[in-house]
Order: sequence, then C-alpha cells, then structure tokens
Amino acid sequence: MKIALTSKGKDLDSDLDERFGRARHFIIYDTETESFETIDNEQNLNSPQGAGVQAAETIAKTGAASLVTGHCGPKAFRALTAAGIKVFTTNATTVKEALDLYLAGKLTEADNADVEGHW
Amino acid sequence: MIVAVASGKGGTGKTTIAVNLAKSIDGEVDLVDCDVEEPNAHLFLRSNPIESKEVTVPIPQVDESLCDGCGECSKFCEFHAIITPNTKPIVFPELCHGCGGCTLVCPRGAISETQRRIGVIDISREDHIRLIQGRLDVGVAMAPPLVRAVRANSRDNVATILDAPPGTSCPVITTVRNSDFVLLVSEPTPFGLYDLELAVKMVAELEIPFGVIVNRHDLGDNRVHEFCKDNQIPILLEIPDDRRIAEAYSRGIAIVDALPEYKPVFQGLLEKVDELVHSKEGRSDANL
Repeated sequence: MKIALTSKGKDLDSDLDERFGRARHFIIYDTETESFETIDNEQNLNSPQGAGVQAAETIAKTGAASLVTGHCGPKAFRALTAAGIKVFTTNATTVKEALDLYLAGKLTEADNADVEGHW
Repeated sequence: MIVAVASGKGGTGKTTIAVNLAKSIDGEVDLVDCDVEEPNAHLFLRSNPIESKEVTVPIPQVDESLCDGCGECSKFCEFHAIITPNTKPIVFPELCHGCGGCTLVCPRGAISETQRRIGVIDISREDHIRLIQGRLDVGVAMAPPLVRAVRANSRDNVATILDAPPGTSCPVITTVRNSDFVLLVSEPTPFGLYDLELAVKMVAELEIPFGVIVNRHDLGDNRVHEFCKDNQIPILLEIPDDRRIAEAYSRGIAIVDALPEYKPVFQGLLEKVDELVHSKEGRSDANL
C-alpha cells in the first residue's frame, strides 16, 4: 500500500510540510517495498488558485491510499475523499516521525477538513 | 468617451471623483460602479431603480455515462476547477472562471454547461445620470466576470465614467481595460505614493493614457508631486483637505452639490481629459 506524506525536503528525514496543496514535496512511501519516491510540487506551489485540488489529483495518480499531512482544507478534503484517499493529520516534526505514527496506527482518520481554505 | 477612475490605494477618493465628474457632465452619462465587492457610488446619488438582473457564469457539468475519465478537461484547466483524480471529473464551481475550455476539449462531448449565479446588476437613474452597479454575491470570490457584465451594460456613444475597485489586480484591470483614459486618484502620503507607483505601472502596461489627481493635496509630503514630475505624468487636479467636503461626504452629498463652486473645477478636468484623449498627450508609455 502507498502512503503520501507532505514534505519540506526530498527524503524521510525532512520536516513534514504542514501544508497540503502548497507543500514543497510529496513523499510516496510504499509499505510493500519499504521504499519511497519523491514528487516535486514546485509548479503547484505557485499556482494562482486551486493548489489543494490539484495536489489531490497528483496524489490520486500515484495510487496512494492515504495522505498524512499537517492540515487539510475543505476543497482538498472533498477532492481526496472523492478519490477514495483517507486523510490523516499530525503535528509530527519529520516525515519519518509522521510515517512511524501512521504505521503504528496512532493517527486518527480525519472526517472533515481541519482548516479553512488559504489558512 | 470612457473615463476610468482608479487608484492603487483604497480610500483616496475614486468614488468622490467619479460621482462628481458624472454630476458635472451636461447631458446623458453612464456612471458604472465596477467595485462589485463593495459598491458605494449609490450613496452619493438619490437614484430611482430601473431594473435589476442576475449575472451568472457558465460552469461545466459532466455526463458520467459519456465520460471515460481521460482527464483532458483537467489538463486544460489552469484554475484547477475540474480535476480527474482516478475517478470521473470533479467540478469545483467556486474555482471556475467560466471560460468553457473544458467543454471544448472533451473528446467525448461529455461536458455541457450550466449556470451559476455570481451577483446582480442594478440600474437606476438620477436626472441625467444612469447608474449601473454590480453587486457580487456573498461568498463569491471572483469579481472579473461580474465586472465585465456590468461594463457591458453601459451604452455606446454615451459619456461613461467607470468607478474602479482599489488595487491593481484582475478586477481593476477588467475595469480599466479598453477605456479611453484613466484618472489615478492618489494622496500625498507614503502609502499613496507606493500604491500610485504600482497603479502607474499597471496602466502603462495596458497602454492607456492616464493622469493623476491628488486628493487632500495639502496633507503629507510632496513626494507624489515629485514622482509625477520625474516621470512626466500630468497632475490634472488637486483637491484640498477641506472640512466642508468631508462633512458633505459624511452625509452622502457630492462635492458639486454641497459646494457648487467646484462644478467648474470638475468640468475643467473633463475638458483636460478630453484634450489629452484626442491629442494623445497623456502618458501611456511610462517606462518605470
């Protein structure tokens, strides 16, 4: 199973990016191979609008089943839910910490957006 | 002739100038309040309603039985208003600018358009002034389609005054584009100057002749004047910081109604603008 995480850097030791739509990078971790790939979100970072929904589309295309991030706004949440992606929010510092919490089943699935758009 | 009244900074007196210009014109005039997020020109008129109409923008609706999920619509939409994750497309009407592109690029003809209301246009009249006002619905974040609709209601061959929103972003550009002259209203303060510089760059980019009006010119410092002098931008009018103007304003009374001696001043401004439009001497080539 693949898990998407928002990251400020390119590897698991990077800080978790609290933002979803305008996260610097997405790290897609595969539990079967215990490996990851990094997706640059640079283009979306400068998008005039709709960064959250575009990011949801990007994540959906990776085949990830879950997203772990800091916060998720209403439009992104709607898009992720429609794509069947579960959303988990955490205040973990690094991507690795967030991933460990997720894998240990310590994160609760969000049932709604936890912030307004453009927070 | 279409004259747009704009400014970088808010609260410099755009509406004051626009209303007083309209009142100083002899003959029919369309006063168009394009500040659809907070229209206020009506506060200075006692106009009688003529008509009110809804404005809508087209938004896509997807026939899922025809859609094969190819995602061409989403690739086309730079506003991310229609996305195709691993499902059929999902539409976000609040992000849609109504361009119709997704409908055109869909290879299966699965997208048609439906209408979404974004605001209203109210038309009213006081004497020779026909006021056209746009009002964006609460919660709608996209002003330009409504501004375009408001502008489309002004008449050809009738003197037209456009009251622009503050700033230099899309709603302002939509307002001033295709006007014959832009009056930039500023005030002699550091904020006034900073925002005036941005507004000048915007108008220069659009290649529309423009001039500056300095409101409350006896306040602050002289840097706005120096900026205009250095860049050969004509200052077409200076209005003093006159308590009588402020008092009239606070009661919703236009300057020319409270202080008739100002009427020739605004008529003189119109004559100058008219001359500049026809001689093309207004600055439209500022290279700042």
